Amino acid sequence: MPTIRLDNLVKRYGNVEVLHGIELEMADNEFTVLVGPSGCGKSTTLRMIAGLEDVSDGEIYVDDKPVSHLEPKERDLAMVFQDYALYPHMNVAQNISFALRLARRPKSEINAKVKEVADMVGLTEFLGRKPGALSGGQRQRVAMARALAKDSGIFLFDEPLSNLDAKLRGQMRAELALMSQRVQKNMIYVTHDQIEAMTLADRIVVMHGGYIQQQGTPEELFKRPVNKFVAGFMGMPPMNFLDGQIQERHGGVFVTGDGFDLRLEGDRAATAKAHDSRDVTLGIRPSDLTYEDKADPAQSLTLDVQVSEYVGAQSVLLCKCGSAQVMVEVNSETPVALGQTLTFAINQRGVHLFDRKTEIAL
Amino acid sequence: MRTAMANRLTPYMFMAPAAIIMAIALMYPLGYMVWGSFREWNPSQNIGEAEFVGLKNYIFLWNDPNFHESLGVTLRFAFFVVTIEMIIGVGLALLLDREIRGISLLRTMFILPMMIAPVVVGLMWRYMYHPTVGTFNRFLDSIGLPRVDWLGDYALTSVIIADIWQWTPFIFILSLAALQSLPRSALEAARIDGATGWQQIIHIKLPLMMPVLIVTALLRLIDAFKVLEVILVMTEGGPGLSTEILALRISRTATEFRELGVAAAMSNYLLILLLLLTVGMFAFNRWQEARAARLNALVEEES
Repeated sequence: MPTIRLDNLVKRYGNVEVLHGIELEMADNEFTVLVGPSGCGKSTTLRMIAGLEDVSDGEIYVDDKPVSHLEPKERDLAMVFQDYALYPHMNVAQNISFALRLARRPKSEINAKVKEVADMVGLTEFLGRKPGALSGGQRQRVAMARALAKDSGIFLFDEPLSNLDAKLRGQMRAELALMSQRVQKNMIYVTHDQIEAMTLADRIVVMHGGYIQQQGTPEELFKRPVNKFVAGFMGMPPMNFLDGQIQERHGGVFVTGDGFDLRLEGDRAATAKAHDSRDVTLGIRPSDLTYEDKADPAQSLTLDVQVSEYVGAQSVLLCKCGSAQVMVEVNSETPVALGQTLTFAINQRGVHLFDRKTEIAL
Repeated sequence: MRTAMANRLTPYMFMAPAAIIMAIALMYPLGYMVWGSFREWNPSQNIGEAEFVGLKNYIFLWNDPNFHESLGVTLRFAFFVVTIEMIIGVGLALLLDREIRGISLLRTMFILPMMIAPVVVGLMWRYMYHPTVGTFNRFLDSIGLPRVDWLGDYALTSVIIADIWQWTPFIFILSLAALQSLPRSALEAARIDGATGWQQIIHIKLPLMMPVLIVTALLRLIDAFKVLEVILVMTEGGPGLSTEILALRISRTATEFRELGVAAAMSNYLLILLLLLTVGMFAFNRWQEARAARLNALVEEES
């Protein structure tokens, strides 16, 4: 399967530059997810790879061959669209076989292929139906089958699950993960949903404001975000941010702010000490706080519990720490009453520090 | 109780003015015409004085070669104008469905002919077709070609050209609207699936535009059967009967031949023809809606 490389890719609409030099390399058989909030340029990037948008500057290489001047059909790729983009006047079989029919493949081959991919996505009994007579999930499968039938090396997905309801989305996500293991293609997947990104990706590329913020495995992004944006974007419920200052006293390094005074340990103490600015933002994920009555005050937060959101096995507590809001994820069995002031121990490995001005991780 | 009654009557009260105008301006003359078509009726007579002759007028027309000729001209005219207008109109729409600088100005210019009064269009084309001072023949002179007797030897072709000039924009704007409402992503999917420009038109655009195109063609067909002013001004039906379309023959039968009964019967034949077309159009719409409803029901049932 081909490798794809984006070299300093720029997109301008008139005078407005929306992508500012994207550099990205996608290895063989890799499932890459571009994720970011609306307007971050992820869909534009994908559509430029597909050839549906012109490249303003820079180049796209497939197997080291520049392709940005080629028509979509010359790029050996298949794409699944957000609104499925099925041909409404063709039945499922015709939709799936359209590309093959255009390529004038022999009939027997087309029939075999249609049968094969329809089996794969579970559409065999619907081959004679028009898209109008299918449910959302079935249409999504047709779009997938149509892309699979092309046998292209590159598979593009533009928010393929966002038009489905929550339950179906979860189911299709699992099917997609299974399919990607089976078909061994280069997949590029665009989504704004970080859960989709985490569950599907070999590699996640977080985009924001037309720049790549960070790329890496889901674990890398979750554990070692390079800046405050990535830290806040990945993970649900999102990371808590508290403004504080680095102080050195009694031979220790502390982050002190409104309602907390946390002693840093090991590496973190060293990096914080070496950092030139004293103003930092402390980041702690809700799952890195545990309810512990007798925790060391220098290793814990004392919070006023205001709201408890019960979501089953877990509950999310919305608390106050000074004037800032902090979310804590606890086991639902934890005996917590609203209005209480409780102590939560901090997992030291879950402490993130960001420069307050540049928002870059220390 | 009284307010409930008043509430129920309100919609009818709002509709009443339109209904009254319909009755006076449409139903009354229509009834008058049907009534008159069964009579031997001269314009100098009051309709009460005219002799009742039953279906005589209809039978006469059924066997009248001039009426056949006129009907033939009308059918030929309608067939050619609608076919050619559809081809040019849809073709233009396919060409101009894109972002080019000044495209909105271009589109506005394309629909100008439709906004000109038919009589003016007729006059304009009559001058352009004029054998000696007309634009076309002067142009032929200037490049050294022999003159053409546009409204003589090629009268029907010439009026067909004029009608095409005037009404192609109608098909153009409707087709363009249909094209622009097509799902963009389906076209993008087709590009990725490897469809060339032509293949996109044949496999995706035209099939998806088809419902709009069918209704447009039917509307134009109905209009083409009723065309009068342009031809009246250009040729008055001549030479001979070569451009005497039905509407023109009806008008001449009533005014020149002073046979109101026959003219009325002819109008009714035309009306029946148009009704068939209109009913066909409604039936087509109903069939489409029913199909859409059936598909929806199928999906609902399963989910």
